[in-house]
Amino acid sequence: MPMTMTQKILADHAGLDSVAPGDLIEAKLDYVMGNDVTTPPAIKVFEKLGVKEVFDKDRVLMIQDHFTPNKDIKSAELNKTMRCFAREHEIKHYYELGRREMGIEHVILPDNGIVLPGDLVIGADSHTCTYGALGSFSTGVGSTDLACAMARGVTWFKVPDAIKVNLTGTFDKYVTGKDLILNIIGKIGVDGALYKSLEFGGEGIKALSMDQRLTVCNMAIECGAKNGIFPVDNYTLKYISKTNPERFIKSDYKVYAADEDAEYSQVIDIDLSEIPLTVALPHLPSNTRKASDCKDLKIDQVVIGSCTNGRLEDIGAAATIFKGLKVHKDVRCIVIPGSQRVYRQALEMGWLEILDDAGCVISTPTCGPCLGGHMGVLAKGERCVSTTNRNFVGRMGDVESEVILSGVPVAAASAILGRVGTPDEL
Amino acid sequence: MKVSGRVFKYGDNIDTDVIIPARYLTSADPEHLKEHCMEDIDKSFVERVKPGDIMVAGKNFGCGSSREHAPVAIKASGISLVIASDFARIFYRNAINVGLPILECAEAFEKINEGDEIEADFDTGVITDKTTGECFSSKAFPEFIKNIMASGGLVGYTESELKD
Repeated sequence: MPMTMTQKILADHAGLDSVAPGDLIEAKLDYVMGNDVTTPPAIKVFEKLGVKEVFDKDRVLMIQDHFTPNKDIKSAELNKTMRCFAREHEIKHYYELGRREMGIEHVILPDNGIVLPGDLVIGADSHTCTYGALGSFSTGVGSTDLACAMARGVTWFKVPDAIKVNLTGTFDKYVTGKDLILNIIGKIGVDGALYKSLEFGGEGIKALSMDQRLTVCNMAIECGAKNGIFPVDNYTLKYISKTNPERFIKSDYKVYAADEDAEYSQVIDIDLSEIPLTVALPHLPSNTRKASDCKDLKIDQVVIGSCTNGRLEDIGAAATIFKGLKVHKDVRCIVIPGSQRVYRQALEMGWLEILDDAGCVISTPTCGPCLGGHMGVLAKGERCVSTTNRNFVGRMGDVESEVILSGVPVAAASAILGRVGTPDEL
Repeated sequence: MKVSGRVFKYGDNIDTDVIIPARYLTSADPEHLKEHCMEDIDKSFVERVKPGDIMVAGKNFGCGSSREHAPVAIKASGISLVIASDFARIFYRNAINVGLPILECAEAFEKINEGDEIEADFDTGVITDKTTGECFSSKAFPEFIKNIMASGGLVGYTESELKD
């Protein structure tokens, strides 16, 4: 039976020749990841199960990013729980703040060369679906699933069917992968891909750099998808040749491709040249509009960063727009490089200097404001343009605050204009 | 196994940020979480909810974050069952894992009103609105899911399976 990319990865990891949508399988996991919010409850479950050791200390990853640097005593305790466990179990991929490998989980797992094509990864964070950009299968789970996976290195899956997203053409200036994924979510709704894979393809994928593909897959969850996935091409290979040269040279990864006659429950054709600069208005990521139709919306804050848009290319795009310009007098603009490596590279490129000159705040890597944790919580009545992934009620602070989602160029232009705007207005 | 209670009714796309806002995720203690359950969408929920009450909602219930704190908060608040047109997949999995009963039934969402007294039978999947007298059918739990629920979640179930 013909299979999609996702189905092939799942079948292989379950030791099966083929799988079909709806099959329940138990699959071997390459990596199991948790963060400072989801790992501590998983540790409690792990200990309750009476298991002595994790299945593989090099394949269980513990990343502190949500409320770090610790925002209060309780979050310090969460981190302490994770840190103590990581030390006791000699977890290889646990990083202290400030170390070059450290950062937001979904920025560093690809960037540090941990996840490679063909891997099967679960993480106790809904945006774990990010790594599909590399041609791997990854999806989010909760803390109990994380605990059981930490113990056994396997978990069960229901094999999903898929929506094929067929891309053609290239983007207009300033339009990015973020605009693409917001448009897809706007088109099919926040539950449009519920339980399904979003499988991207078509010659248009060449218009998307690896950083942009990571952004696209990152938000697959926002239309309910189990995972998002891109085929492996020269961009992918070039990317992993830099992130993990050792394994790249040994071809220590696996490239899966969908069968040509694989079945999809839906095919969506998108001409990238028709995608406009896009925003998602409160309070759903599917509430999309052309950015140019929202110019009367005044703003109080801009956030540029997160697991969605905190990569090197994103910081570079922000610097390009801010160069020689200033953040509007009534706006705070918070820029958060997604990892210590991104921070350092942006520093070396001179981008942080440009952002500092423009009047931006530059933060240490953290999820912080995206989920209303810290580093930019909103007061009642405040409005923020943010390159993050969710604009639910109360997401970034008070229940009467508002988040407007956008890509980096719109966010940066809006910070300068003091309202929703586009770079061509500058 | 049957549960019965009064209905708290909500709409479509009830996300995990309104079920339990991230600002309360610095502790995973159910007693702490239940104090803030539904706070950003229904401030008086915590004061009004009584043990056994039932939540009824529209499509894509529990969308958003993977936080298991969300079904834990609902369960700790005393809610005995969530009925929704459908559930976001991570929430669905988490609810079963923490032993929060859930049923999918779009018709129940359309016809059951806030405040109705309803009853649900997990063995048959039949939902009865005792206030209006209407009955709805949803898919009954398979045996192993019933056992997970009876054990209070996946951990209790795994422990009991390990003992056997």
